[in-house]
Amino acid sequence: MSDIALEVDDIKTYIYSNRRCNKAIDGVSFSIRRGKTLCIVGESGCGKSITASSIMQLLPALSRIEGGSITYHSDAGEIRIDKLPRNGARMRAIRGSEIAMIFQDPMTALNPVYTVGFQIAENLKYHTKMTARAIRDRCVALLRHMGIPLPEQRVREYPHSLSGGMRQRAMIAMAMACNPKILIADEPTTALDVTIQAQIFELMNRLKAEHGTAILLITHDMGVVAELADDVAVMYMGKIVEAGTVDDILRRPRHPYTRALLSSIPVLGRGKNQSIRPIRGSTPDPYNRPPGCQFAPRCDFATEACQRMPDETFVAPTHRVLCWNHDRVAASG
Amino acid sequence: MTGSPPVADPILTLRDVKTHFPVRKGVFKTTAGHVKAVDGVDLDVFRGEVLGLVGESGCGKTTLGKSILQLVRPTAGQITFHDGAGDDVDLQDLTNADLVPYRKKLQIVFQDPYSSLNPAFTIFGSLEDPLIKYGVRPRAERRRIVGDLLEAVNLRRDHMDHYPHEFSGGQRQRIGIARALAIEPDLIVCDEPVSALDVSVQAQVLQLLMELKAERGLTYIFITHDLSVTEYLCDRIAVMYLGRIVELADADDLYANTLHPYTQALLSAIPVADLDKKTDRIVLQGDVPSPVNPPSGCPFHPRCRFATELCKDKVPPLRPFGRNGHLAACHRVEEVMAAGIHSDRAADG
Amino acid sequence: MSDAALNRRFDRLRVLEETGKLKSRSRSRAVSKLMNNRLAVVGLCLFTIILLASLFAPLLTGYDPLRIDLRGRLQPPSWQHWFGTDMTGRDVFSRVLYGGRISILVGLGSALIAAVIGVGIGCYAGYKGGWLDAFVLRTSEVFMAFPQIILVLLLVSILGQSLINLIIIFVITGWGPMYRLTRARMLSLREEEYVQALQSFGVSTFKICYKHILPNALGPIMVNITLTTAMFILAEAGLSFLGLGVPLQIPTWGNILNAAQDLRVLQNYWWIWLPVGTVISLFVISVNFIGDGLRDSTDPSQQG
Repeated sequence: MSDIALEVDDIKTYIYSNRRCNKAIDGVSFSIRRGKTLCIVGESGCGKSITASSIMQLLPALSRIEGGSITYHSDAGEIRIDKLPRNGARMRAIRGSEIAMIFQDPMTALNPVYTVGFQIAENLKYHTKMTARAIRDRCVALLRHMGIPLPEQRVREYPHSLSGGMRQRAMIAMAMACNPKILIADEPTTALDVTIQAQIFELMNRLKAEHGTAILLITHDMGVVAELADDVAVMYMGKIVEAGTVDDILRRPRHPYTRALLSSIPVLGRGKNQSIRPIRGSTPDPYNRPPGCQFAPRCDFATEACQRMPDETFVAPTHRVLCWNHDRVAASG
Repeated sequence: MTGSPPVADPILTLRDVKTHFPVRKGVFKTTAGHVKAVDGVDLDVFRGEVLGLVGESGCGKTTLGKSILQLVRPTAGQITFHDGAGDDVDLQDLTNADLVPYRKKLQIVFQDPYSSLNPAFTIFGSLEDPLIKYGVRPRAERRRIVGDLLEAVNLRRDHMDHYPHEFSGGQRQRIGIARALAIEPDLIVCDEPVSALDVSVQAQVLQLLMELKAERGLTYIFITHDLSVTEYLCDRIAVMYLGRIVELADADDLYANTLHPYTQALLSAIPVADLDKKTDRIVLQGDVPSPVNPPSGCPFHPRCRFATELCKDKVPPLRPFGRNGHLAACHRVEEVMAAGIHSDRAADG
Repeated sequence: MSDAALNRRFDRLRVLEETGKLKSRSRSRAVSKLMNNRLAVVGLCLFTIILLASLFAPLLTGYDPLRIDLRGRLQPPSWQHWFGTDMTGRDVFSRVLYGGRISILVGLGSALIAAVIGVGIGCYAGYKGGWLDAFVLRTSEVFMAFPQIILVLLLVSILGQSLINLIIIFVITGWGPMYRLTRARMLSLREEEYVQALQSFGVSTFKICYKHILPNALGPIMVNITLTTAMFILAEAGLSFLGLGVPLQIPTWGNILNAAQDLRVLQNYWWIWLPVGTVISLFVISVNFIGDGLRDSTDPSQQG
């Protein structure tokens, strides 16, 4: 069996409004390895969340997967997720039990009128044939596993009596209830404080090690990438501009955008005299895109060639970059 | 960045400032307790410095900022403004009408660039009323001032006739800064000015703030939860926990020589985008307690690795350690210093 | 919409987008959304037609709505009398037109006055909060708890029937909901950071709440004004039908209907009540359509 859990190949998802069509993701390819964490990094509007919802087929109604393929390597063989009807029985069987998702805001992702235990149990009831008693025991065990104190008591409580960190743990417990092969985490700690964030990271690393879960982590924070990622994909305006292992991206960035992102943020421990170089301008309007390379108008390395969309180049077996001038970027030190 | 500020020229002194909000419950809205958002803060802000106010959500840093501006009236304590010419005024004693001349000296930049501009007005429309309030009468003069402000924050003069929805987040935040500068204040409270912005534009705003400070001789109180930003920007840093300052030091000193266990945990919890600089992490157990019912004694003791019986009983005072005016509120500073950040991982649990 | 139709629409949009034919709209989003809503446009047309016909009644009919012609009683519709004549020989068409003036005046007028009072108080009280807000809130509850029909009976028996009394009653019972709506909007808007920015400049409370915050609350208020107008027009018709509304000699839509209390009229002379009934229904429906259209177009949470 290969060590690839999910393969996304040249996927395109467009979002429509009454009069416009937004090419939210426009040809994105990556694969998630078993027991590894893939981080998708990008700013708001770059399409990273749409990528996650494309995999889960939880897209908004006025949107369509235009092309490409999403292949899930299940124990029973390959499943083409993009070919399944959005709300068909097979897609629903995959969601929650094979691929699970946790969301950014634990305050709104739990239903306030049901107990935490009930919400975790629902997943188990739908996907397994366990008895009511076994389900209850499993809920308690899950909460304990997530490091929630007094789990016997917590299963009977409503989400409002839990703190933010506890809720995110309960969300993860819910997602992990059926031992999914893939866990998609969409900015799981953005709404949390740093000390709580550290707790959640600890937990996610433990899950990865103990269960061999493949994790797709979506974030905007390069610090989170350095902490958690094995593989990294940097997205900008609907395309992956650079992808590779965490070493490739953080130590040897070859795309001007990755490099600019890394040097535009103060890094703890580098003191007052670190040089911060802002990226000029702002992300373009998705309805009024620049021709060719989307980053060209803000790029220090831009040339004539950048008026055309660059081809993907492999600079190392694991490291690919979408830039005409990646050699000059590398040479500039 | 600028050098260290001239010694002992305070622009603002805070003495035992408390801001409590009543919690009302039941049919008759009886007061069931108080949220002690700010609970006894002593602080000096020196002219020309950048003072970082750091802490997690709910620690009272935003309330303290708003108390300084009298947007929230403090419950007790003194906030004294020194205008540099020997005139010292206790702001919380003034009525709203008497406050007006001091409002001119103190301004604020908000966190959320989407809610901080009125969607129904053009930029000029939003900025006009404060100028009228401070006596800029001819309309042409007001347009000139607003135009100058927009240019000062790297926007175009003609942007003043656009509506907020036409701008991106970073541009809006720059307009927010322009507004704070409109009446030429001495001190600006920056309440998480970059945390709602996209990573690639945060640096633009930070640089702009520093340029404006140098040009105009401003003093900043920089409120944030992000210790890596404060390290880069601030001269001194105050760390808050549950309404109190637990550590206050020069920026370099705070990072090199951390004295409070909470600051240590905070520093070690920050994910660093540098594979060579991974520190061992101190993962704090549990959550921040509710400010309605703070723990007895030292508010940090239930999560603290070093806590003893003494910490449960007695609130540690903010006392000086070393030469550089490094203050910390902890009974067990010696033990903490001995342990350091790169401490035994066994304690992580 | 079926999947196939949706797919075709997506294809069309995608081709247009790729050839660069789609441009950002310059018109305001709210206006274009209102214009995209077909029902709202139909409502707007109907409303305008009925309103203009009432305003320019003298140009459209030569008959005096009050002139009694006993020789021409109860005539069915004809070229002389488009909607026929009533029991005293008055031209029903001209009565419907002239009646529209009063009915619309009562409906729209009361709604506007109620809005001015409700919004005026709600804006300030909602922004300031405290005892003032609590006091006005309780007062509005008292007014809203008072049954409208009893109030009408009371006033009619004390003061007699008159147009002004009716408007006063509508305003008394109508300002409460306007107040509560405005207050609710103010409670959330006053927490916005631009409000705090104005406070930090020391701009006066009056200016902050009426000039800076109120424009942001106007969307739902406008919707409520249209819906209240429709409600008052119906209420006027109902009260006048019962003989409690506007004095009988003044033609209003309700007073015209009043004639249909007679079973003989209802059975034999349909032209006396059917046209006016239809006009009332059309007008109220059109106002409701406009209100719904406005609500959808001003509500930012409903994207489209």
